[in-house]
Amino acid sequence: MAGNPFPLNKGQLLEAYRTMKTIREFEERLHVDFGRGDIPGFVHLYAGEEASATGIMAHLGDGDRIASTHRGHGHCIAKGVDIVAMMKEIYGRKGGSCNGKGGSMHIADLSKGMMGANGILGAGAPLACGAALAAKLRKKGEVAITFVGDGASNQGTFLESLNLAAVWNLPTIFVVENNGYAESTSRDYGTAVDSYVDRAAGFGMPGVTVDGTDFFAVYEAAGEIIRRAREGGGPTLLECKMVRFHGHFEGDAQTYRGPGENEENRNNKDCLKKFSAEVAGSGVITIDELKAIDADVMLQIEHAVVEAKAAPFPTLADLTTDVYIKY
Amino acid sequence: MARKISMKQAINEALDLEMARDPLVICMGEDIVGGAGGQGEMDAWGGVLGVTKGLYAKHGDRLMDTPLSESAYIGAAIGAAACGYRPVAELMFIDFMGVCFDQIYNQAAKFKYMFGGKAETPVVIRAMVGAGFRAAAQHSQMLTPLFTHIPGLKVVCPSTPYDTKGLLIQSIRDNDPVIFCEHKNLYGFEGEVPEGSYAIPFGEANIVREGKHVTIVTYGLMVHRSLEAAAELAKEGIEAEIVDLRTLSPLDMDTVLDSVTKTGRLVCVDEASPRCSIAADISAQVVQQAFGALKAGIEMVTPPHVPVPFSPVLEDLYIPSGAQIATAVRKTLQGGHK
Repeated sequence: MAGNPFPLNKGQLLEAYRTMKTIREFEERLHVDFGRGDIPGFVHLYAGEEASATGIMAHLGDGDRIASTHRGHGHCIAKGVDIVAMMKEIYGRKGGSCNGKGGSMHIADLSKGMMGANGILGAGAPLACGAALAAKLRKKGEVAITFVGDGASNQGTFLESLNLAAVWNLPTIFVVENNGYAESTSRDYGTAVDSYVDRAAGFGMPGVTVDGTDFFAVYEAAGEIIRRAREGGGPTLLECKMVRFHGHFEGDAQTYRGPGENEENRNNKDCLKKFSAEVAGSGVITIDELKAIDADVMLQIEHAVVEAKAAPFPTLADLTTDVYIKY
Repeated sequence: MARKISMKQAINEALDLEMARDPLVICMGEDIVGGAGGQGEMDAWGGVLGVTKGLYAKHGDRLMDTPLSESAYIGAAIGAAACGYRPVAELMFIDFMGVCFDQIYNQAAKFKYMFGGKAETPVVIRAMVGAGFRAAAQHSQMLTPLFTHIPGLKVVCPSTPYDTKGLLIQSIRDNDPVIFCEHKNLYGFEGEVPEGSYAIPFGEANIVREGKHVTIVTYGLMVHRSLEAAAELAKEGIEAEIVDLRTLSPLDMDTVLDSVTKTGRLVCVDEASPRCSIAADISAQVVQQAFGALKAGIEMVTPPHVPVPFSPVLEDLYIPSGAQIATAVRKTLQGGHK
């Protein structure tokens, strides 16, 4: 396209925007509904981090697999998991992604290559190594990606997996979503090295750091890394530096943050605002086109919530299915 | 069926046959090839005790040596299982579960249920269990109850080469995660085993000795200790029936209850620590479901509630003996309440 300075065509740009906006509004709606007491259990929101999931997943197909975190809604949406099924799952209803048995922390859709959000920090890394091993044996050029926060990047499972992936030269990418906080504890307090590039070097693999609030930076870095993995070039660690708009979980008063920190994040580190300004400023996409997507996304989210609230709860009969019970 | 082979050979044969039958079966573990990256023989070890020796020559890179990194490779086996493969991961000693248990009980065991029935995890985790090897506290435990406690796991612990081959083949074909417990003191034990392939269904206990006076319920090495006890007791005119559970999850309570209904007396023999053990579980279920059939209190024969000691003298005192089992049987026959 003449005059398009971006590595994506107009249709792809609109799709990326739609994905990020869907994640944002999905999460902001959960924030409101959780506050009303409509949603049981724990909810960990991905708002503010959308460029990471979207910029990476833009390079993946259903045959590529991801292992997610307990902050997994964004990964699910970017990987193509149906948002109505997700909303039903979070509301604990039948017809949810996992028929109400998993909830927010365990949403999975293996048909989309989404191997599950995970309640255990760092647990996805070995599983992604297994998925990458399966991909390597199948020889179809598929990859597997694990996401961890900066907190979970200190888990032994994650560190062991870096080594295993390097030893077996697996087609896998370890994405550290560094939002500056391991729950309430600052990254810099809990992680001994400043640079994840250094950590990657310690495991004999390349490491790349990008501004995770910049969709295009993530997109371009991930594209290169994923292409290398598909071609047999082995694993890479990718750090996305980002911000978390909400607390660790819903209900977190966030008193560990500095004064004005959330406002600063919303005003100056919002990946959606940056994306909109860039694409609209270039003239490739108009503000009206983005607004049309905004309106449609709001309708989709409202529809998902209405469907979720109308869906039946599981029954006693569901309690003892999907597991062998004769012990 | 005259051919006799060891339990170790039975495991090797089961893996060989299943790898030949199904290209999705892969094996991984520490030293299971046992020479990767060195200057010498590629499959120098074939497993720390040689169980997988020779398989590399037949199946090549479908057997993978791993770093000493249990969380990573047990988790990778589980991840590959969730992606359509049928991995058999060797944990070497069951005692090492402590460093990878999350992948087993929070991940593999829960996928099917937690994901609403949309995931299968056909992984087998093989591990050596049990005492008697002078291997001390961290290489000798019988941790079966820790696994039977977890919904979603299947737990197998065979006592003979015949059962080992058939149950391992079944484990590989099963679509749930299976913890396959191999008693290291039975590796050299020989028995008749057919050369071809056969699968033994899960949840079917085996009555290895029939008797009318008392039921002994047990599994693994303790089957053999119980047989020793039964031979002694027979000299006194006491005929013990021995039920070899073979699989602990699923558990064949029907066979146990039928036998207890017939004999009216129960001795549970378990190499696991006594609290919350297989023996305690069987006892509780029999009391719940067949209290009226019992003519005497249930006896349990287990090690004392202590870690496995190193000194050969202490370790021999630790492991339940045939004499202890015989004593327990005699106790059920004295002063019954009916």
